Amino acid sequence: MIDFALLFDYSEEYMEGLRNTLYASLIALAGSFMLGTIVAVLRMTPVRPLRWLGRAYVEFFRNIPLLLVVYIFFLGLPALGIILSGFVSGTIGLTVYTSAYIAEAIRAGIMAVPAGQSEAARSSGLTYIQTMRHVVLPQAIKIVVPPISNQFLNLVKNSSILGVVSGFDLMYYADIVNSETYQTVNALFMAALLYLLLTIPLSYATRLLEKRLARTG
Amino acid sequence: MKQRQGKPFTGILLVCMLLVLSACGGGNSSGGSGGEGTVTGGAGEAESGIIAKIKERGKLVAGVKYDTKLFGLKDPGTGVVEGFDVDMAKALAKKLIGDETKLELKEVTSKTRMPMLNNGEIDLIIATMTITEDRKKEVDFSDVYFKAGQSLLVKKGSPIRSIDDVTADTKVLGVKGATSIKNIEEKVDGLRVQQYENYQEAFTALRAGQGEVLTTDNAILFGMSQQDPNYEVVGGTFTDEPYGIAVKKGETGLVEAVNELLKEMKDSGEYAKQYEKWMGEAPPAE
Repeated sequence: MIDFALLFDYSEEYMEGLRNTLYASLIALAGSFMLGTIVAVLRMTPVRPLRWLGRAYVEFFRNIPLLLVVYIFFLGLPALGIILSGFVSGTIGLTVYTSAYIAEAIRAGIMAVPAGQSEAARSSGLTYIQTMRHVVLPQAIKIVVPPISNQFLNLVKNSSILGVVSGFDLMYYADIVNSETYQTVNALFMAALLYLLLTIPLSYATRLLEKRLARTG
Repeated sequence: MKQRQGKPFTGILLVCMLLVLSACGGGNSSGGSGGEGTVTGGAGEAESGIIAKIKERGKLVAGVKYDTKLFGLKDPGTGVVEGFDVDMAKALAKKLIGDETKLELKEVTSKTRMPMLNNGEIDLIIATMTITEDRKKEVDFSDVYFKAGQSLLVKKGSPIRSIDDVTADTKVLGVKGATSIKNIEEKVDGLRVQQYENYQEAFTALRAGQGEVLTTDNAILFGMSQQDPNYEVVGGTFTDEPYGIAVKKGETGLVEAVNELLKEMKDSGEYAKQYEKWMGEAPPAE
């Protein structure tokens, strides 16, 4: 049933899909990390409305299915006259969805830094932002690497959501190969292999990073 | 004696020739090629045989689909089957028996319709059946009663009016695995169709403005344009899948009756009326 000839017969489709999955993942990876950090900081500011805003963001995007988050951008925004392609709305959806999880991971990391650290920093005259940037976050990052790398792996796999909104990703093309050849298991198995090609190096890289941080920490 | 024997023989021969001629005029499927009067006459009777049977029975038994929107769809609440095909069957019952209610509908699927016709469970098939050369070997078809084929659905007022207006840059939507994707990508060089899981998702994307054109069989598109009247089917069909009414092989009499009815309906405007009732627009020009 598993026949690698399929991968070569449809190499154009699979490579195009792999490329788009890689792009979407890289963009969402960088985007969700930045956005997640901002939201985590918001959630911990002394300013109450900003805290609420951060909390609302996390609760909203973390508690609805990813598919619906993507549909908000794909089908919802056009009602406001903003039309984003399947690839763009899929990638944005993936970014905001993942950033909610990352925000929570980072917040946990920040809270794990003993309160005395920021108290000391504040009393030496650093502002809240400065305290965060120079004292708390660098320590928190080390703590949050394992949970965040988990989120990144999930992100790469979740990028298959692009297939539903015709985002021309790996899953989209695997479905098309399937419906053209009727070799369902085979077509999807090839996609699984190509996803592994992306996730295994990522998993390996984060493990290296963890080891290095553990040494310097 | 010899002369007297000759005269009746010539008479029979004349009758035979007349019968053969009339059989030929009527579509010619009778096997007897004129040799003996009784054979030809017998074939003639068989032709009208099914019509006689229908009249004797007092009702027409038609195989229609029960699950196909616009053509034959059973309302789960009332149990009534309605559609273009059903109305066609009613018109035929009226023509043959004089009463459109003298009609029994039987559910067929694409798989069951030919066997059911051949074992006599139904008199004819009116079930979105495309006329093909292969099928012509198994059954006899009437003239085309519905021109099915691939077409385009666009928002009303769209500059796209036909397949000629579709370029490689047009955002075209379709459904994964459908032959319609291949058809349009062959027609328009460099076009990349956005494909969705099913028709509902593709139509949702079209309504959200994610594409300019949705392409598939016109019968499905007509159903969508009725769901949302802001959308219309344009440009006729650019693939050819003519629907015909099928009868058992050799039932030429019934084929003739159906064709006659189609012509009457087209001439009287009844066909256009019925077409518009179900498809929401006038039939394409012949």
